[in-house]
Amino acid sequence: MKTFDYTITDPLGMHARPAGLFVKEAAKFPCKVTIAKDGKEVDAKRILGVMSLGVKQGMSISVTCDGDEEDAAAADLEKFLKENL
Amino acid sequence: MEIQGKSVFGGIAIGPLSVYAKADNVVKRTKIQDPEAEIERFQKAKDKAKEQLQELHDKALKEVGEANAEIFEVHQMMLEDGDYQDSIRNIITNQMVNAEYAVATTGDNFSQMFAAMDDDYMRARSADIKDISNRVVSILQGADNGGIRSDKPVILLAEDLAPSETVQLDKSLILSFVTRGGSTNSHTAILARTMGIPSLIGVDYQDDIDGHTGIVDGYKGILIVDPDEETLAAYQKKQDEDNEKKRLLQELKGKDNVTLDGKKIKLYANIGGVGDVPDVLQNDAGGIGLFRSEFLYLGCDDYPSEDQQFQAYKTVAETMAGKQVIIRTLDIGADKQVDYFHLDKEDNPAMGYRAIRICLDRPEIFKTQLRAIFRASYYGNIGIMYPMIISVNEVKQIKKIVADVKKELDDQGIPYGDVEQGVMIETPAAVMISEELAKEVDFFSIGTNDLTQYTLACDRQNAKLEKIADTHHPAVLREIQMTIENGHKGGAWVGICGELGADTSLTETFLRMGVDELSVSPSRILSVREAIRKVDLSK
Repeated sequence: MKTFDYTITDPLGMHARPAGLFVKEAAKFPCKVTIAKDGKEVDAKRILGVMSLGVKQGMSISVTCDGDEEDAAAADLEKFLKENL
Repeated sequence: MEIQGKSVFGGIAIGPLSVYAKADNVVKRTKIQDPEAEIERFQKAKDKAKEQLQELHDKALKEVGEANAEIFEVHQMMLEDGDYQDSIRNIITNQMVNAEYAVATTGDNFSQMFAAMDDDYMRARSADIKDISNRVVSILQGADNGGIRSDKPVILLAEDLAPSETVQLDKSLILSFVTRGGSTNSHTAILARTMGIPSLIGVDYQDDIDGHTGIVDGYKGILIVDPDEETLAAYQKKQDEDNEKKRLLQELKGKDNVTLDGKKIKLYANIGGVGDVPDVLQNDAGGIGLFRSEFLYLGCDDYPSEDQQFQAYKTVAETMAGKQVIIRTLDIGADKQVDYFHLDKEDNPAMGYRAIRICLDRPEIFKTQLRAIFRASYYGNIGIMYPMIISVNEVKQIKKIVADVKKELDDQGIPYGDVEQGVMIETPAAVMISEELAKEVDFFSIGTNDLTQYTLACDRQNAKLEKIADTHHPAVLREIQMTIENGHKGGAWVGICGELGADTSLTETFLRMGVDELSVSPSRILSVREAIRKVDLSK
C-alpha cells in the first residue's frame, strides 16, 4: 500500500474537469485507488464520488494506492496532481 | 411592463418573446418482469447518450470554444461513473422497475447530493447530473427535445437551460437568453457571454408573454414587455449604435489607416484626462494626438504641483506603451476659467489673455508644467504642443524656456527622453506665417474649432452664430491646405486635432491635401479609419 498527501493549489479546487481527468488517470492502473479528505474516503476511479468530496483550494487530500502497480500509480498520480491541481 | 433581473452580458436585444418548451419528461414508475432486459435497455440508452454528448462536444468546440465544450466531456464521464450506474442497476433489480424510473430517481438523488454542498460551483453541478439523466430518460422514452417554436430570431425565455439544451439550440434564432433561475456562473450565462449576446437571469416573467414583443436591456438588466413606440424607437437607436460599433470593431481593429492606393496616415485620439486612456486603447488608436492638460488645473483649488502633473503624464505615457502621446500645454482662459489664476474679467476673452500668452507672461507656471512633461518623457513617447501661437517670436521664447528646463534637469541628473515639439495652428496669423513656423518645430496640429472662430469672426460661444460658423467654409479649408503645404515645405508633419478631423465627409479632402495625422475623440477612431480605407488617391 502506498499513500501520499497533496494540498490543492488550483483556485477553483478539484472541479469537474480536473476531477474527470484525475479519474481517467487513476483508471489506468489495476490497483485500487482511493482519495480521503477529513475522514471521508471515496473511490478515485469514480468522478461523482471525487467531486462529492468538494475539495477546494488549500485543502489537503490523501491518496492511497493498494494492489498491483501501486508504486507506479502513486508516482504517476502525484505527478498529475502537481501538474494540474 | 418592465421586469428587473440581473444582467450577465450587456447589449440590447429587440424581438418576439418565446417561452422555451421544455422536453416533457414525466416519468412513470412501472413494474417489469425481466431486469436483465431492462438493464440492457439502460445500457443502450446510455451509449446513445454518450454518442450524443460527443456530438455536442464537437459542435460546442466549433461554436463556443474549448472551455465551453469541456462540460460535455465531463458529462460523458458522469454517465460512465460507477456509482451512478450501480445505483441505476440496483434500483432496476431490487425494485423490479423500469429503466426510466431508475435513471430519474438516481439523477434526483445525486443532484440533491450536489445541491446540498456548501460550494457554489459544486451546487451548480447538480444541474449537470439532472441534465445527463434527462437525456437518458428522453432516449428511453423516444421523446423529442423541445426547443424553440419559431423560425424567426427570438428572445428566449426559460426557467433555466441545461448546457445540452443551449448547445442544441439553433444559435441564429437566439437574440437573447432570459432565465428565471440560473446564476452568473451557469452554463447559459457563460454561453451568453461567449456568444456576446445580451442576457439576463433572475427575471420573474409570466408564461403568457409568449409571442409578445420584448426588449432586453443588458446594460440595466431589465426586460421590457410590450414597449410603447417611443421606448421601442429609443432602444432601436441604441441598438443600431451598438451594432455599428461592434461591426467597426470587428472589421477594423488592428487594421492600418491606409488608403486603397497605399498611403498611410497616423490616426490618434483626443483625451481630456488619464481616465480616457482605456477608451483610447479599446478603440485601437495609434497614439494620443491631443492630451488636454487643463483637467489638472480645473479640478483643484491651487496650482497643481510638478509631481502631481508628472504622475498623470507618466501614467498615460506608460499605459500607451511607446505610442506617441502629445500633451498640449495649459490652454486656460477664454471659456475655461480657474479662480486661483486671478485673471481679470475681459470683454472679449476668446481674443484675450489666454493659453500661451499666460504661460509666456508667467513663466513659473509654464516651467512647472514643462519640467513635469520632460520628466515623464523618460517613461514613454511624449510630444508637446503649444496652443494659440501667432508669431515666430513666441516659439523662440518657448524654445528658450525649454532649453532652460532641460539644462536644469541635466544639472540635477534627472533623465528625460526625446520630445517632439509642435505648435497648434488655430489663428489665421499662424496659418499665414506657417512656412516660417515650420522651420522652428517638428509638427503642426490644426485646431479647427478656434481656427474657424477666428477666421470667420464667429464667437464659438454665441449660439446665434452657429448657422454661419460653417466649418466647411472654403476659407477654413484653404487655410488647412496652406498649413499642410507650408508645414511640409519647412519639414514639419501636419495633423488636425479639431472636430473637423473626425468629419468623415472631409476625410478624403484632407488626405488629398496631404495631411499626416488626424486626431479625433476615441469613439470616432474606427469610423475615420473606415473612411480612410475607402479612399483611392490615385483616382
